[in-house]
Amino acid sequence: MISRQTSQKIAFTLLTLAAFVVVVPIVLVVGYIVVQGAGAISWEFLTAMPREGMREGGILPAVVGTVVLTFGTAIVAMPIGIGAAIYLAEYARDTWLTRLIRLAIINLAGIPSVVYGLFGLGLFVLFLNFGTSILAGSLTLGLLTLPVVISTAEGAILSVPQSFRVVSISLGGTRWQTIRHQVLPHALPGIITGVILGLERAAGETAPILFTVAAFYLPRLPHSILDQTMALPYHLYVISTQVPGMPVEVQFGTALVLLILVLSFNVIATIIRSHFRRLRQW
Amino acid sequence: MTEDRRNEQQRHPWGEFFIESAIKTCGFSAIIFVVLIFSFLFREGAPAFWSVSPSNLFGTRWYPTFGLYGTLPLILGSLLVTVGAVIIALPLGVATAIFVGEVAPHWLREVLKPLIEVLAGIPSVVLGFLGMVALSPLVRQYLHMPTGLTAFTGAVLLAYMSLPTIVSVAEDAIDAVPKEYRDAAYALGATHWQTIWRVVLPAAKSGVIVAVMLGIGRAIGETMTVMMVTGNAARMPLEWNALFMPVRTMTATIAAEMGEVAQGSTHYHVLFAVGIILFVITFIINAVASLVIIRGGPKRGGRLLG
Amino acid sequence: MTEQAKFLIENLTFYYDSGPPALRNINLTIYPHEILVIFGPALSGKSTLLRLLNRLNDLVYDTRMEGRILLDGEDIYAPGVNVTELRRQVGMVFALPIPLPTTIRGNVTYGPRLAGERNRARLDELTEQSLRAAALWDEVKDRLDEPANALSGGQQQRLCLARVLALQPEVILLDNPTSGLDPLSTAKVEASLQTLKRDYTIVMVPHSVQQAARIADRAAFLLSGELIEHNIAAELFTRPQDKRTEDYITGRFG
Repeated sequence: MISRQTSQKIAFTLLTLAAFVVVVPIVLVVGYIVVQGAGAISWEFLTAMPREGMREGGILPAVVGTVVLTFGTAIVAMPIGIGAAIYLAEYARDTWLTRLIRLAIINLAGIPSVVYGLFGLGLFVLFLNFGTSILAGSLTLGLLTLPVVISTAEGAILSVPQSFRVVSISLGGTRWQTIRHQVLPHALPGIITGVILGLERAAGETAPILFTVAAFYLPRLPHSILDQTMALPYHLYVISTQVPGMPVEVQFGTALVLLILVLSFNVIATIIRSHFRRLRQW
Repeated sequence: MTEDRRNEQQRHPWGEFFIESAIKTCGFSAIIFVVLIFSFLFREGAPAFWSVSPSNLFGTRWYPTFGLYGTLPLILGSLLVTVGAVIIALPLGVATAIFVGEVAPHWLREVLKPLIEVLAGIPSVVLGFLGMVALSPLVRQYLHMPTGLTAFTGAVLLAYMSLPTIVSVAEDAIDAVPKEYRDAAYALGATHWQTIWRVVLPAAKSGVIVAVMLGIGRAIGETMTVMMVTGNAARMPLEWNALFMPVRTMTATIAAEMGEVAQGSTHYHVLFAVGIILFVITFIINAVASLVIIRGGPKRGGRLLG
Repeated sequence: MTEQAKFLIENLTFYYDSGPPALRNINLTIYPHEILVIFGPALSGKSTLLRLLNRLNDLVYDTRMEGRILLDGEDIYAPGVNVTELRRQVGMVFALPIPLPTTIRGNVTYGPRLAGERNRARLDELTEQSLRAAALWDEVKDRLDEPANALSGGQQQRLCLARVLALQPEVILLDNPTSGLDPLSTAKVEASLQTLKRDYTIVMVPHSVQQAARIADRAAFLLSGELIEHNIAAELFTRPQDKRTEDYITGRFG
């Protein structure tokens, strides 16, 4: 019979081990990409068009494409997502309809990204005839991002103390005035954090843009929202699976740029969060 | 004076009416989008169900060039990779959640949580790329396989991709266990571990189940990683060592083939039909998970989506 | 009483959710320029009654009300009533001081600005008037643009009073406004109420029977949602008609 202290020791050792098995590969993965990819990164790599079947030159159109798509995603997801969050946090009562909305949001969050891609193809590209375009891609990515934006924004709105609302109402504020002057300003940092985390996910997605916007090889910058564009995640997929004789360095360099771009969203979100937490007055 | 003050018109009645209507519309949009998504999948996928015979559509052979649209190998492929991923991720994820939530000292927690968030942020195509160039050679070498692009390789990567979801949801569930339960256990002389094992975990059970289900949902829908590392052979994974052979999943099939099919062809419709199958599977998983959440109180719902 | 009623509460019964009524068949008249004190043990419905007078209970779902509440002869629950205007007319000060997370000036001018007042000079004038009336002007006049949170608890509560006064209301509701305050601050608030009743009608839930007796012109005793009795304060506190009132004010229960 093992003593209770011994069994606790064994259990905690195993738990520690598990946590390290989870975390160490993360460090390795990031470290490996940084080490292997750093050499490829140069001013030319970031600012030149790809040449020689993408084996030489830079990745500018892919970087620009991803930035443009991320903006497009924000334009689609932000108003709808924040609006829905305000509705759920401030207007919706606990009815079957509200529960249905929550069920829908959870399910939207669970729909596979490739299915969003199919939907974008069916609705935006073909039915609405936007073609494979930045517009269709942004709309698709925007929908995909919506659940994250809604749920984090709702959390931020709910964390504003109820007393501020009651005071504002008691001073003759209408419901919308109260939201506008007492709720949204204080929820804003949390909302922005949520939007950024949503965009982080969108910027790294490949499957939803496969059939809606991404160009295999298009060494120019997009002219309008009805243009196709290259995008970093798809570009990485292309050069690591579709192009024979691709220099490994270019692949790692592309992976590193994508990783930095995406994780910088994470860093920005963290900074905003901690900055405003210190400023908070309640 | 009193009366006319009270009966005076609201200050910006139209502006407010407009904004509140817009907010309401946004609120209902989620339902509209789910319906839209399903109807467009159905619109494009339904023809497959009458132009391809059921025995063909649910057959064992996927050779679209020869008119063979058997989705069974794809469904089983997805299933195999997902089950493999969950077997790896479940113990790791729950153990990590317990470690982070209950055992780790404060400073370590502050290191671990952002790291796990970083994992959630790594694009699947980057993990797929690393799986190809780093993990699959290891798999081939150490397991003496002819190829490292196997269901197992995919399962390992998928496990890591679903870990952030599992850890954060499970940790929330553990966090939500009332402090009184723990105090009562300590008062009875239980050790910290006994308290976790006998009191905290059972109390957090439904939340942990939700965590695992959402992890499954994430794994089954993952596309790029599996497409890049599982070898993409559309074969029935029925051998005892099928886990260590190449497979092909539903998601990878759609992603790889949709770009090359003619719009309106049978193949095109069948790929949408595969999308319907995926949609329905994840819909069921998420609906059941959200029922568990809603029963467990409305407050826990929020964090699940992040 | 020959004066016209400010508030007329008729046969008021009020339910939260599906439970027993929080208020049962209340009939009460509130006259202009008096301090009416509504007192009674905890959970007797005092705050509920107060919140019904400016429809703050509208924020709570699943409530049911029977009876009528008339303000200057008009039913405030009639359809088409401008509720936000009602709340400006009938201001409320809460038990705990809840300054909005902005400046002192921002707190005082919040209500008027929502009502559409944009004139800077007018807002400054209102700020000074209201802060003077709440006996806070001298303490804060040099730091109007500092955060309201920096004030002491007593100052914050007077700020909340000033904030309501800036709405230029006709009635002020005070829900146990001195509960968190030290005796000195309490005295200041009570003193300003005595001045304010010249211009306003004041309805207050007091902190204690003693406070009720100190400041009330008239008093109403609530017990378990029922109005046991109401009368001129001097009468009620010295010669209560009902045994339960007597027991409560002499400290035999509650």
